[in-house]
Amino acid sequence: MAAAFLGIPAPPGVGQLRGDRSFPAAARDALGDSQLRRNLGHAIGVIRTKRATAVGELDDWEQLRLAGEAIKRATMARLDDHLVRLEAEVSARGGTVHWARDANEANAIVTGLVQATGATELVKVKSMATQEIGLNAALADAGITAHETDLAELIIQLGDDVPSHILVPAIHRNRAEIRELFLREMPGVDPSLTAEPRHLAMAARAHLRRTFLRARVAVSGANFGVADTGSLVVVESEGNGRMCLTLPETLITVMGIEKVVPSWQDLEVFLQLLPRSSTGERMNPYTSTWSGVTPGDGPRAFHLVLLDNGRTAALGDAVGRDALHCIRCSACLNVCPVYERTGGHAYGSVYPGPIGAVLSPQLTGIHSGSDDNASLPYASSLCGACYDVCPVRIDIPSLLVRLRTAHVDAARDRPLPTAEALTMAAAAWVMSSPTRFAAAETASRLGRLAGRASGRLSSLPPPLSAWTSSRDAPRPPEETFRQWWSRTRGGSA
Amino acid sequence: MRIALFVTCLVDALFPRVGQATTELLERLGHEVVFPAGQTCCGQMHVNTGYAREAVELVRHHVDVFSDADVIVTPSGSCAGSVRHQHAALARDAGDDALARRAEAVAARTYELSELLVDVLGVSDVGAYYPHRVTYHPTCHSLRVLRVGDRPLRLLRQVAGMTLVELPEAETCCGFGGTFAVKNAPTSTAMLADKMRHVLGTGAEVATAGDASCLMHIGGGLTRLRAATRTVHLAEILASTQSSV
Ligand code: SF4
Repeated sequence: MAAAFLGIPAPPGVGQLRGDRSFPAAARDALGDSQLRRNLGHAIGVIRTKRATAVGELDDWEQLRLAGEAIKRATMARLDDHLVRLEAEVSARGGTVHWARDANEANAIVTGLVQATGATELVKVKSMATQEIGLNAALADAGITAHETDLAELIIQLGDDVPSHILVPAIHRNRAEIRELFLREMPGVDPSLTAEPRHLAMAARAHLRRTFLRARVAVSGANFGVADTGSLVVVESEGNGRMCLTLPETLITVMGIEKVVPSWQDLEVFLQLLPRSSTGERMNPYTSTWSGVTPGDGPRAFHLVLLDNGRTAALGDAVGRDALHCIRCSACLNVCPVYERTGGHAYGSVYPGPIGAVLSPQLTGIHSGSDDNASLPYASSLCGACYDVCPVRIDIPSLLVRLRTAHVDAARDRPLPTAEALTMAAAAWVMSSPTRFAAAETASRLGRLAGRASGRLSSLPPPLSAWTSSRDAPRPPEETFRQWWSRTRGGSA
Repeated sequence: MRIALFVTCLVDALFPRVGQATTELLERLGHEVVFPAGQTCCGQMHVNTGYAREAVELVRHHVDVFSDADVIVTPSGSCAGSVRHQHAALARDAGDDALARRAEAVAARTYELSELLVDVLGVSDVGAYYPHRVTYHPTCHSLRVLRVGDRPLRLLRQVAGMTLVELPEAETCCGFGGTFAVKNAPTSTAMLADKMRHVLGTGAEVATAGDASCLMHIGGGLTRLRAATRTVHLAEILASTQSSV
C-alpha cells in the first residue's frame, strides 16, 4: 500500500451495525421472553447436532481449518492487490466495478443503478452486506421496492422485523407465528394454510414465483469473489438465489472487500468448510458462480459494488483484523451460551453472537465510553466454544479481550477514572505485594464478623449486588491458606 | 519431587480448604510441597476485564516469585490457562521481551492439578476414598484453554466408594466468566440456571470441578436454591481417604 490510509469507521445513522441500547439492557428484555428462548433453544440445538455430525465425518477437519485460516491471513496481508485483480478481471468480462467507502455511498450507487434501469422494484438474494448498510430502507426512500426471496428473509420482511441470526434470520420465530404472519401479510395466500413446514414453503414459493417472473433487477451479496477470474460465488439452500442471479436483466452484487479469495484452489477449501459449519450439510444444495456477463445467458448487465464501511479501519489492527476472516457460517452463534439465551436482537447489529461482538464494534469504531457498541466485547463469558467451532479458527475470546483492553485504555485519558478503573488499579496494587495482599485478606475477614454466622452471604453492596441478586457469595474463612501454611508448615517458605 | 504450589488468590482468601487438600494429596503421594510466600495473583481478572497495563505488573511479580521453581502446580484450570496462554503475550505487548521469555519458562513448568498427577507424576489412582454420588463439570478453561481432556475423569474413576454420574451438557459454560457474572448478571444467571438444572437432574450429592471460581458460582446458585447438592473441588475429593471421611 502506498500512503498509510487507515480507513474510516462505518458511519452512524445508516444501516444496522449498532443498536439503540447497550447489550445488558437489551439482553434483559430478551431473557424475559420465554417464547423467544424456547424457539431459539430448540432450533439451535438441532443445528448444533447436525454440524457436529457433519464435521465429525472428516478426519482432516483440523487441517482444513488450518488451511482456511492460512489462506485468509495471507489474503488480508495483500488485500489491495487481490481487489485490484478482482476489479480488472470482472471488468474484462463485461462487468462494472464500483467502490463504496461506506454505507451511504453503497446505497447511493445501488439506488442510482436501479433508477437508470427505470425499474421500481427488484428481487434480492439473502445478503448480510445489504442488511448491514440498510439498503432496503434507502431504496424505499427512492420509491423502489425490494422483495426478499430467501424464506427466512421474507418472514422478516413481511413481519417488519429485524434478523436475529446470520444464517437463519427468523430463527426467533416458530411455525405457528409464521403461519399467522403469512395469513396476515401475504397477498392471495390460501386461507386454509397450515403450520406444516411444507405448506408454509409452498405458500412462499407461489408468492415469490410471481415476483421472480416480473423482476428486471436483482440485488445479491456474495460469499466469495475469486480474484483470478473475476468470479462471484453465492452459496444457498433454497434455489431462490439461482433464480435471482439468472432471471433478471440487471444484477447488482454488493460485496464486502474482505470476501475476496485469490484463486479457485483457495475457494475449494472454503466450499468444504462453509456448508458443514453452517447448515451441517456435506454440501449446500445450490452454488452459483458467474464471471461478468455472458451474451444470451443470464443478466445482460452486471455491477459489483465493493464495500468498505469500516473494513479498512479494522484491517489497520494487525490482530483485530482476524475478525475479517469470518465466512459468516454462524457456527459460533449456534454454540454460544450467551447468544442461545439472549437471541440476536440484543446485539443490535446484523452481526450478532460472538463474531458480532468483535466485528460490529470494529466496523463502527467505539466513539465514547458510553457508546452502546462498547458493551459488546463484554457480552461473553470467554468460554471459548466459538473458537473451537470456527472453521477459519478466529480466536474470538482473545479478540474480545483485546477490544476490552482498547476500550479501557481509551478511557484512561478522561479526567475522572471510572469506579471500575479505580478498583482494578487498587486491586493490582494490593496484589503486586504479598504483604498488602495478606493485609487485605485480614481486612476482608473482619467484614465477615458483620454478617450472620452461616457460610454464605446473600446480599452485598453494589456492584457486587449484581452477583448476590441470584447467587450467594462465600463468606471469608477463619484462616486464609497462607495462615494455615505458616501455622502447620512452620513460618513462611 | 519438590513441587511449588501456586494456590491462587481466590483459594488463598476464600477457599483455603482447596489449597490444603492439594498439599495433603501431594504429600501423601510422597512429594515435597513448597509454598513461595511472595505469591499473590496471576492477573487474569485484570487481563480479561481489559486492564492489561495493571496485569503486566502482576505477571512480573508472579514470574519473580516462581522463576526458581522446577515444577509448579495450581488447583485451577483457569489460572493455569492464564499463566500458560496470557502471561508471555502480555509482556510482549507491553514491549518487555525479557519478561516474556521468563514468563514462557515459568509457563512451561506450570501444571493444573490433574495434568500434574496424570502427565508428570504418572498416577491415576491416588488412593482416594469418597463415598458419595458425584458429578463432574469440566470448566471452560480446563477444557478449551488447557485441553485437560478426560484427565480429571480418569482420576475420579479410580476413587474408591464413589459413584460418578455423567452431567448432561457438561461442556456448556456455567455462566461465571469473571466480571461477566456482574456486568451481564441476568445472562450469567440464565446460564447458571440451566447448569444447575442439569446438576440437580443427576441426583448427585456433590458437583465437582477443577476451578474454585466456577464452583463458587455454581455453589452460590445452589445454596440460594437451598438445594441439597454441594460443590466440592476436585482436589478435596482426591485428598479424601478412608481415615479422613
Ligand atoms: S466467526 Fe467463524 S464461526 Fe463465527 S460466523 Fe464467522 S466463520 Fe463462522
